[in-house]
Amino acid sequence: MYVASTRQTKVSPSDGGVRPSRVPTTVVLLGTVSLLTDISSEMVTAFLPIYVIFNLQMSYLQLGLLDGIYTGATAVLRLVGGHVSDRVHRHKAVAVVGYGMSAVTKLAFPAIGASSVGLGGVLAVDRAGKGLRTAPRDALISLVTPKERLGEAFGVHRTMDTVGALLGPLATFALLSWVTTRPDPIFMISFCFAALGVIVLIFFVRQPKLERVPGKVVTLRATAELLRNKGMRRTTIAAGLLGLATISDAFVFVVLQRVSGVSPTWLALMPVGTALTFLLAATPLGKLADRAGRWRMFFAGHVLLLAVYLLLLGPISGVPLVLVTVALHGLFYAATDGVLMAHGATLVPEHLRASGLSIVQTGQALARFASSVCFGLFLTSFAFSTAVLISISTMTIALVGVFLLIRPEVSR
Amino acid sequence: MKDWFVRNRIVVGVTAMVVVIALGVVYVVATVRDQQAAATQPGAAVASGLTFVDNGGGQNLVSTLDASGKRTPGSLKCLRVYTAAGTTVCLRMGLPGAYEAAVYVDGKEVRTVPLPGTPSRARVSASGKIVSWTVFVTGDSYLAPGGFSTRTGVLDLRSGELVESLEAFSMTIEGVPDKRVNENYWGVTVASDDNTFYATLGSSNTTWLIKGDLKARSMVTVRQSAECPSLSPDQTRVAYKKRGGRLGTWQLFVLDLASGKETQLPGSDGVDDQAAWLNPTTLAYAKVQQGGAPTIYESAADGSGQPRELVAAASSPGPVA
Repeated sequence: MYVASTRQTKVSPSDGGVRPSRVPTTVVLLGTVSLLTDISSEMVTAFLPIYVIFNLQMSYLQLGLLDGIYTGATAVLRLVGGHVSDRVHRHKAVAVVGYGMSAVTKLAFPAIGASSVGLGGVLAVDRAGKGLRTAPRDALISLVTPKERLGEAFGVHRTMDTVGALLGPLATFALLSWVTTRPDPIFMISFCFAALGVIVLIFFVRQPKLERVPGKVVTLRATAELLRNKGMRRTTIAAGLLGLATISDAFVFVVLQRVSGVSPTWLALMPVGTALTFLLAATPLGKLADRAGRWRMFFAGHVLLLAVYLLLLGPISGVPLVLVTVALHGLFYAATDGVLMAHGATLVPEHLRASGLSIVQTGQALARFASSVCFGLFLTSFAFSTAVLISISTMTIALVGVFLLIRPEVSR
Repeated sequence: MKDWFVRNRIVVGVTAMVVVIALGVVYVVATVRDQQAAATQPGAAVASGLTFVDNGGGQNLVSTLDASGKRTPGSLKCLRVYTAAGTTVCLRMGLPGAYEAAVYVDGKEVRTVPLPGTPSRARVSASGKIVSWTVFVTGDSYLAPGGFSTRTGVLDLRSGELVESLEAFSMTIEGVPDKRVNENYWGVTVASDDNTFYATLGSSNTTWLIKGDLKARSMVTVRQSAECPSLSPDQTRVAYKKRGGRLGTWQLFVLDLASGKETQLPGSDGVDDQAAWLNPTTLAYAKVQQGGAPTIYESAADGSGQPRELVAAASSPGPVA
């Protein structure tokens, strides 16, 4: 059927060492899908506080709680998305369902109005869609990219993804300032961006044709047996351990603002700074990871995160502290987010690619969720400085543990 | 069918994209066109007048209702507004995701304070001298678990002194000096001495009505389960919301400070607002009707009778300065 797509998967080392100068078109197209989808979802993210507080006159507090629960619960859906897409040999179709679910939720917001149960439900469906699509999408990226360029390909994808994440809030702001503060048009425009993303995915992205090999069946058992592979098992455990030691961005920014003593306005700019560094550094660091070792890069990224936590103790103060910390925080994302998937892709055979990646992702996501819940509990009884010290020690222990656990045999 | 799809995928894809963009543009233009009319819908007559934010016209214009029910749109655009004795505080978005509190005295902007989050409550003391606000700090993402807290700021226009967060004040919870850090304060109301204030403290799963002293920078708890207090003009009663509805929703109550008697305001079930005293006997608040936009109601402070609808598609009610 899709003859052209098989060609892309074969652009491989055997071409006499001539590296193609660009990442595969499919990666750029998937990047475009993510860019459009991120504009859509970040438009809503930026608008939601205003919508909930002003248009619905609800307290934001309850919603934050609901969100947290759903984020944790839907992480498991990644496993489902990964397994199903391997099983039916249709990563693209499963991704379409995932992106489609999130797109449709944008139309549901005006219909449900001020019901915290309804809002929670819509957000849950949105999260479920994200859970479903992530593993097949990352599997698609890895399947069309030659092994030695995986880091770069994921870097390009994450760069485009983050560009969308930065444009979304700007779109919301422009609409609120110059067009309307009514909620319906904002949700409608958000839906349009999501719909464009789904169209690009359906019509322009091609499912790579995988050979069905009789001996290589995709069963739950075969998926579970992926963990018998030493590299895969160690990667999952190590990513989980480091995830447990990772505290939420929101907390990093709140502490940073207090420690540095800058005006609270900076709170709005800090995530932008992190995202900008992330998008600028994702591709170069991905390329570097291809050469220097992807696991090594992932590990180094968490060392940077430890540096961020150390900076939260306030060795310097003011704007310089904010700039350095935010830059390091962005580099942490650039060195870890796509790189972990690039590393994971080298550990899993093609016919189980999405399942394998979803195991690594779910482990990491659940660990981060557990960490933020524990951290929330810490904060009710400890001072901020104590909480920072706890995160520094946890991260140090995790890094030492992982350094001893993951030896260089899986470092590429 | 499949062959046709494969051959024409690019054309079909591009056509689909054009259709989506066209439909989006048509919808937005149509909506924006009819929003002008919504901003001029008349409201009910309010004897002492009402200042509010219009939500129907899509511009968040601060508008007023007078004793004849005539509605006058103003030029100020705010998310939250409150006016007293010639001082107006307007909480609005300055940059993408960045909010500010703009203070106007007799129509002139005198001070702008950057806010660390999404505006929630705004108040000006009866004298026009003390301005306060509450915002939600939400971090970078509404999906960050536990990534929220409130910040309440107080600005003294006499000295120009700004308290960025009430967390800097000392707190005594039921007689015990408190050292915990994960505390949230919201909904300030300042007494006529421009020093005593009431607010809400939330810590873990409990909320308290607290009483504070601006000069001494100290606060003590008064009673549990009372949020967003609003002190009556004669200083004898405090109106607040309290969870009491069937589904754990909020209702408005008025507490007589001298006797400790609590009166429920009928028909306020599901409210989530800091009520405003329009005069010594009447409270106004915004409440969302099922599946609709917020509507402003007024209620007798003694709990007699059902609420009266003042104006639809509007929020942030307050007296006219």
